[in-house]
Amino acid sequence: MKTVSLTIDGKKIRAREGEKVLWAALDNGIYIPNLCALHDALEPFAACRLCFVEVEGKKQPVTACTEAVEQGMVVNTRGPGALRLARTAFELLVASLPVDCAHCPSSGSCELQKIAAHLSIKLKTKRFRKLLRELPIDYSSPLFIYDPNKCVLCGRCVWICRERLGIGTLGFAHRGFDRLVTTFGSEPISESKCLDCGECVVACPTGALAFKDRQGIKSGLGKGG
Amino acid sequence: MKTTGLQSVVSTFREIKSRAESQWQELCNSGKPVVMVGAATCGRAAGALGVIRAIKDEVKKHKLDCPVVEVGCMGHCYAEPIVIISKPGYPPICYGHVNKVIAERLIREFILGDDPCLEFVLGALEANELVPSLSDFPRARFEKKIILKNCGHIDPEQIEHYLANGGYTALVKALQMPPEVIINEVGRSGLRGRGGAGFPTGQKWEICRNAPGRPKYVICNGDEGDPGAFMDRAILESDPHSVIEGMIIAGYAIGARYGYIYVRAEYPLAVHRVRIALRQARKLNLLGKNILGSDFSFDIRLFQGSGAFVCGEETALIASLEGEPGIPHHRPPYPATDGLYGKPTLINNVKTLAYIRHIIDNGAEWFASTGTEESKGTAVFALAGKIVNTGLVEVPMGTTLRQVIFDVGSGMQNGKRFKAVQIGGPSGGCLPESALDLPIDFDSLTDAGAMMGSGGMIVLDEDDCMVEIARYFLEFTQRESCGQCTFCRLGTKQMLEVLDEITKGQGRIEDIDMLSRLAEDIKAGSLCGLGKTAPNPVLSTLRHFRDEYEAHIKEGRCPALMCRDLIAYYIIPEKCERSCDACVGSCTTEAISANKKRIKVIDQEKCVKCGTCLSACPPQYNAVVRLSPPSEVPASK
Ligand SMILES: Cc1cc2nc3c(=O)[nH]c(=O)nc-3n(C[C@H](O)[C@H](O)[C@H](O)COP(=O)(O)O)c2cc1C
Ligand code: SF4
Ligand code: SF4
Ligand code: FES
Repeated sequence: MKTVSLTIDGKKIRAREGEKVLWAALDNGIYIPNLCALHDALEPFAACRLCFVEVEGKKQPVTACTEAVEQGMVVNTRGPGALRLARTAFELLVASLPVDCAHCPSSGSCELQKIAAHLSIKLKTKRFRKLLRELPIDYSSPLFIYDPNKCVLCGRCVWICRERLGIGTLGFAHRGFDRLVTTFGSEPISESKCLDCGECVVACPTGALAFKDRQGIKSGLGKGG
Repeated sequence: MKTTGLQSVVSTFREIKSRAESQWQELCNSGKPVVMVGAATCGRAAGALGVIRAIKDEVKKHKLDCPVVEVGCMGHCYAEPIVIISKPGYPPICYGHVNKVIAERLIREFILGDDPCLEFVLGALEANELVPSLSDFPRARFEKKIILKNCGHIDPEQIEHYLANGGYTALVKALQMPPEVIINEVGRSGLRGRGGAGFPTGQKWEICRNAPGRPKYVICNGDEGDPGAFMDRAILESDPHSVIEGMIIAGYAIGARYGYIYVRAEYPLAVHRVRIALRQARKLNLLGKNILGSDFSFDIRLFQGSGAFVCGEETALIASLEGEPGIPHHRPPYPATDGLYGKPTLINNVKTLAYIRHIIDNGAEWFASTGTEESKGTAVFALAGKIVNTGLVEVPMGTTLRQVIFDVGSGMQNGKRFKAVQIGGPSGGCLPESALDLPIDFDSLTDAGAMMGSGGMIVLDEDDCMVEIARYFLEFTQRESCGQCTFCRLGTKQMLEVLDEITKGQGRIEDIDMLSRLAEDIKAGSLCGLGKTAPNPVLSTLRHFRDEYEAHIKEGRCPALMCRDLIAYYIIPEKCERSCDACVGSCTTEAISANKKRIKVIDQEKCVKCGTCLSACPPQYNAVVRLSPPSEVPASK
């Protein structure tokens, strides 16, 4: 395996040739906010727009999940340009989520809390209008609850269910602001082809997919990044 | 290619061409009068099909020997339906605004009789003593038709018309050139992609030719989703072979075997004509296996797109061709190396491809002699909005906006004042009067905050509110966003909410800063070109018309008197005529009544601001006005 050496936040690291900056950083204990990245996916989804970093020699910040490492590359995950974009993207997400950590089963394991802390911003936005969609919550599965209002459309559940497990219960529907993750024909999960394996719940970085039994979360295998 | 093969290519083509030429001669010089009717979508919308029927009926009635030919769009869309009559002894004469009655008269009085009905003439197609010719129009001084040249002058459903007018000679010439030389020629011509971004075409071809992987594909992007744009439709409907010829040459140059023409399904006439054109080209072996007996094979399929705006974005378009949801992907990799089914794919716009035959025929230097330093050739615009001559125009790059709007487009409708021009559709921007002397090219427009985009040009006057215009375009992109990435899905929605509030007089002054900061972030942070350009209408209006935003926010006033929530209708008592009550009956909500002096008064509580009274008030009184803010209405006594 060929490797290259690069510097991230002043730290010299080695990474496999062709690896994306995001994974090189995470593998070396350097956190970069991310929601939609999946290491095994064939192509980066690049939808959440949180993983911006600055690369020496590039005028604009780039998404770390799409940027391949290069020999001698110098990456700064905390450059002002990158942070500004990550913060705006995060605030936009938060502005359209019903933030209620106190009553959310995923509080503590939620990636959004982690990212907010990392970017040192609150889970409340003053800058933007609150835009909620008020979609019905699906309680029909015996194992988990699906609350589309808390979904950030990262696509992890869709990928796991379709690409890794080959089941394809969940998919995207509609466009623009109305885009959402749902079952075929928007039928309740219990009437879909869901096998109740719970892999999507484990993959979900937010409280959108949450086990009914709170213990389920605790035993869930590490929630992402 | 082997020389023997080439000789057969040349001789086969010579035969095809001479057959086509004699057909064309028979049409043009047989001593018979010929009637041509513009029957592209624009003409049809104005009633061209009825006109054709009327003409054919009249021809039959009088047992005339007079071919009636359907042609495409001449670009004078404001004067549709258009009829061209070529009668021996007269110059070919073009008539505008033809209806069934005029059509019948033309046949009776001009074809049967000898009166060319000068009252309906738009102009002659060549200089003569009798009628002023179109080339004497002021606009002709600025226009230079390359890819629109055939449009409206040949029957797009007859390949012979295209062949007789120089069609497919470039292909034959190209087949005798090494592919590298063709690419070099296209590169030296300075041609840049007309799909919006202006990427150098030769460079794209070269990358694609050098990319490993087989088979390679050529895609013609005919998605054209911008509201108000119809250049690509007009070309596909009026001169489809010019695009097909460009594609075949591109295929030969990059080493592709297959091509796709992606047309939106909402363009049924374009679909129909492209299909016919492909069939005819295949029949003459200009397309298909061993083209004209050479060892080059290339075939083209037509694909009908679902019509989403974002499907015009190249990676989304390719996904949609593959049967996947039409959603953009991160670039790189670019389609030129990793496109359809992961293979190297050349994707070019309809217009870009239509230029190719002219560049091969006339040479790179000829093409590069028109235009500016960095943008060569011509630009095609669809003129729309408050301009006298709406329609398609083709002008050299470097022509100024003023020349396009005031000389080619004949200026503003109803003597109104020019306020701004919106260029480039939803990804473009609004430029004010101070930008009118800007020579148009890819870079000058981008620097000014607009964009060449696909070439929509909407002219706005004093009655257009710039905040509302920005809101309108943002609403479009917001609706058309695929919704996968955060900035575009949620950012444009936030901007739209704020603009909505501003047009309703509920904006806050700090919103202006918020809008521009967010707009910058959406541009920098979005995944694809849709999000990256969606804020342009807002940014450009903020830059050039900030005062209008401030008037809405600070004074609750819409300077253009357009935003419904910020205006009131008012009848000026001094102007109101006692004996008239036209407005009273016109009002649907019975908000207007006469006072003791028989002066009409609007009850502001009941008024729904539909504006019917304003149109109902006779022009000699002109007593109804719009006021903004609504508090300008004097308290009734
Ligand atoms: C949202 C969006 C819509 C687009 N729509 C079109 C279109 O309708 N037609 C087109 O030719 N290019 C369109 N493009 C540009 C294409 O992605 C691509 O750049 C173009 O087809 C390349 O051709 P060219 O090099 O000849 O310009 C669009 C781009 C974006 C981001
Ligand atoms: S439900 Fe969870 S995993 Fe699935 S897209 Fe939404 S946030 Fe991502
Ligand atoms: S910028 Fe808009 S259209 Fe483009 S990928 Fe993102 S959400 Fe989709
Ligand atoms: S992790 Fe890179 S865009 Fe989501």
